[in-house]
Amino acid sequence: MNPPVFDSHNAAIAQAGGNPSEAAVREYLTFTLGAEEYGVDILKVQEIRGYDAVTRIPDAPDFIKGVINLRGTIVPVVDMRLKFKLGRAEYNEFTVMIILNIARRVVGMVVDGVSDVMQLTAEQIRPAPEFGSAINTRYITGLGTLDSRMLILVDIEKLMSGSDMALMDAHAQSLQ
Amino acid sequence: MSLDLSRFHQTFFEESFEGLDTMESALLRLDPASVEAETINTIFRAAHSIKGGGGTFGFTAVSAFTHLLETLLDQMRSGSRPVTAELVDLLLRSVDAVRELLNAARDGRPANLDLIAGHQLALEQALAGKPVAASSTGGPATEPPPAAARGWRIRFVPQPGLFRSGNDPLRILRELAGLGSLSAEAQLPEALSLADTQPEDSHVSWNLELLSSASEATVREAFAWVEDECELQISPLLAADTRPALTLIQGGKAETPPPAASAAPKARAGSERRSAGEGTGSIRVPTDKIDVLINLVGELVITQAMLAQTGANLDPVVNERLLTALAQLDRNTRALQESVMGIRMLPMDFVFSRFPRLVHDLAGKLGKKVRLETVGADTELDKSVIEKIADPLTHLVRNALDHGIETAAERLAAGKPEEGVITLRASHRGGSIVIEISDDGRGLSRDRILAKARSQGLDAPDSLADAEVYQLIFAPGFSTAEVVTDVSGRGVGMDVVKKNILALNGQVDLGSRPGQGTQVTIRLPLTLAILDGMSVAVGEEVFIVPLAAVVESLQAHPEDVKTIGHSARVVRVRNEMVPLMALHDLVGLPAATENDRNLCILIESDGRKLALGVDDLLGQQQVVVKNLESNYRRVPNMSGATILGDGRVALILDAGELVRRLQPAVAA
Repeated sequence: MNPPVFDSHNAAIAQAGGNPSEAAVREYLTFTLGAEEYGVDILKVQEIRGYDAVTRIPDAPDFIKGVINLRGTIVPVVDMRLKFKLGRAEYNEFTVMIILNIARRVVGMVVDGVSDVMQLTAEQIRPAPEFGSAINTRYITGLGTLDSRMLILVDIEKLMSGSDMALMDAHAQSLQ
Repeated sequence: MSLDLSRFHQTFFEESFEGLDTMESALLRLDPASVEAETINTIFRAAHSIKGGGGTFGFTAVSAFTHLLETLLDQMRSGSRPVTAELVDLLLRSVDAVRELLNAARDGRPANLDLIAGHQLALEQALAGKPVAASSTGGPATEPPPAAARGWRIRFVPQPGLFRSGNDPLRILRELAGLGSLSAEAQLPEALSLADTQPEDSHVSWNLELLSSASEATVREAFAWVEDECELQISPLLAADTRPALTLIQGGKAETPPPAASAAPKARAGSERRSAGEGTGSIRVPTDKIDVLINLVGELVITQAMLAQTGANLDPVVNERLLTALAQLDRNTRALQESVMGIRMLPMDFVFSRFPRLVHDLAGKLGKKVRLETVGADTELDKSVIEKIADPLTHLVRNALDHGIETAAERLAAGKPEEGVITLRASHRGGSIVIEISDDGRGLSRDRILAKARSQGLDAPDSLADAEVYQLIFAPGFSTAEVVTDVSGRGVGMDVVKKNILALNGQVDLGSRPGQGTQVTIRLPLTLAILDGMSVAVGEEVFIVPLAAVVESLQAHPEDVKTIGHSARVVRVRNEMVPLMALHDLVGLPAATENDRNLCILIESDGRKLALGVDDLLGQQQVVVKNLESNYRRVPNMSGATILGDGRVALILDAGELVRRLQPAVAA
């Protein structure tokens, strides 16, 4: 009987960050916005850090908090709670920024909290139903289920480079 | 493997294009009246390397064409072919042809064969149709007299024991080559077996052809030491020699040389290699590597500033050693920053060097006589600035040639020398570089500019001062040329020139005296990576105003601030009413705590002024300019961002855009 061996093999692959031959298992960084739990592809995440000195930018949408100095690079910061109109956007010592590396750009994303890293197989991911919400369904790749938890899986690259995020110049978008 | 090859290709192309540039500039230096041997040598060496490289990498078209070029140059070098203006022109065109071939080879596209074939034919004609030997049949007076075109045919068969007496035939051949153009053909005895040969013996014999004006006695003298040890026949080479020049040349440059290859070319190759090695020591580094270095140093400067700020709060007595070390760090960081920025600095020659060719070609096209003078070509400027200034400068030089300099007849009539002069002058002044383009032409005509401006619907009253009239030239779509030529005068231009220079945080000014010439002065910052700024506070935020745009900072008296209508305000600065905008309104920040200090910064761009109301002036500092677009997008009214000593980000105001954006709003 092979199954146990097979399982541990699977887990090893997943821990190594996903193997092309086992694309079925992927890892997601999960974070909370208000009462909802979201997941983004862990490979897009560069680092997680606290929220500090943000310089405001004139004429920017309210969900763009400004720019920070990330070791010498100027990085814009987006507050997803404002973008998705979820929860109250409070800033305290527990406020967390996820620094994403998307399309060769770096973007900071303010969330209520980072939960953990989850491995999901293809069977655990259900297609996203059509529903009206502040978050456009075309940015949702699916709903992940694990025990009783439900995870909204976001195509963060598509979302951040979309025109409604106003994070890029039009010509930069056309290059994507 | 193929990857390796293509990497070498890249280097070959880079070097070849550099070689072409060298050839071009040397050709333009070449004065038929007084030929400098070293100049021709330079051109020859460049052509030779391209030919060699082309052959090595299998770009046969390049090497075949360059071979012709090289042959011609070789004759010029040896003095057997006089340098004429036509020849220089032909060579310049050939340089273009080689460039086309190289471009085609690099891009992997077929070359413009018609163009190449045309040039090749011209070269071959020059080589074959007008062989040097035949020049005695009646060439221009500048060519050497018929007797000089003669040469000698020499049969030189040394005895086997030649070496033992300490003689070296190659030395003799070199000496002969020094007399003129030598072609050598080495021969080995037909019945020579390896077993019989002694290493110390000489077996080679030579058939030599020397194209030289030297007398027979002079030629014989070269063999003076070996006269008794060889068989020597010297016969004159007649002008109407039956051997065509082309084969003669090929003999000298034999593609498949005999074992003891012709001595002269070999000796030359040796000297070329030597002189190439003597060039100034430099290494080729990709610019992105330098950019990384500059970024890192930028970080270091910021970190150092943070440390200095922290250190300033420490007790100087207790922390004496730390503070001394910090001061040392400060000095070292600055020195490091300066040296690293220096790597990116290129001499202005980088741009200036393209103009002799441009002026040469254009002057020919326009039928004008123009001399180009450059001053301060070694003035250094940041590479990125140099690249962006090249096009505006080209445009200004074209303008000077086309509109400024008169034709030779007009100049003589005006009592000026026939030859016009365009001067390019670069110099450092303070933290900026000043580039002047001046001509001694007809100057700007105030009346014509005014008339033209009116016909274009521009507001141009007679009362305008001269300087203001000249500024009209920078208006979009303006051209005073009476005839639209294909050189300039299409009406696109000066406005673009001005826009480009303003985009570099620079200024452009025009001066002119009727009949005496026009002078355009461009002032540019030395680098785009570092900016002298004034930091101002608006509420909690800090903004940087480029110091270049700041006229003054002032505290306005309340009675000097007037409102116009509901929202617009002006401030009186020495009898001048300047629009006043609160910076916090401009950048969309909430109004700061009300204060009645009325602190203003007066900025000027594009000749227009604007007063910015700020909460506080924090000081002046050099800031490292960071790009906002790399991770975000362009922000209106901002030209970039920087990192302050405390690690926070501060935005840098774009003075030009602020003034431009506000003007209609204030006027309305």
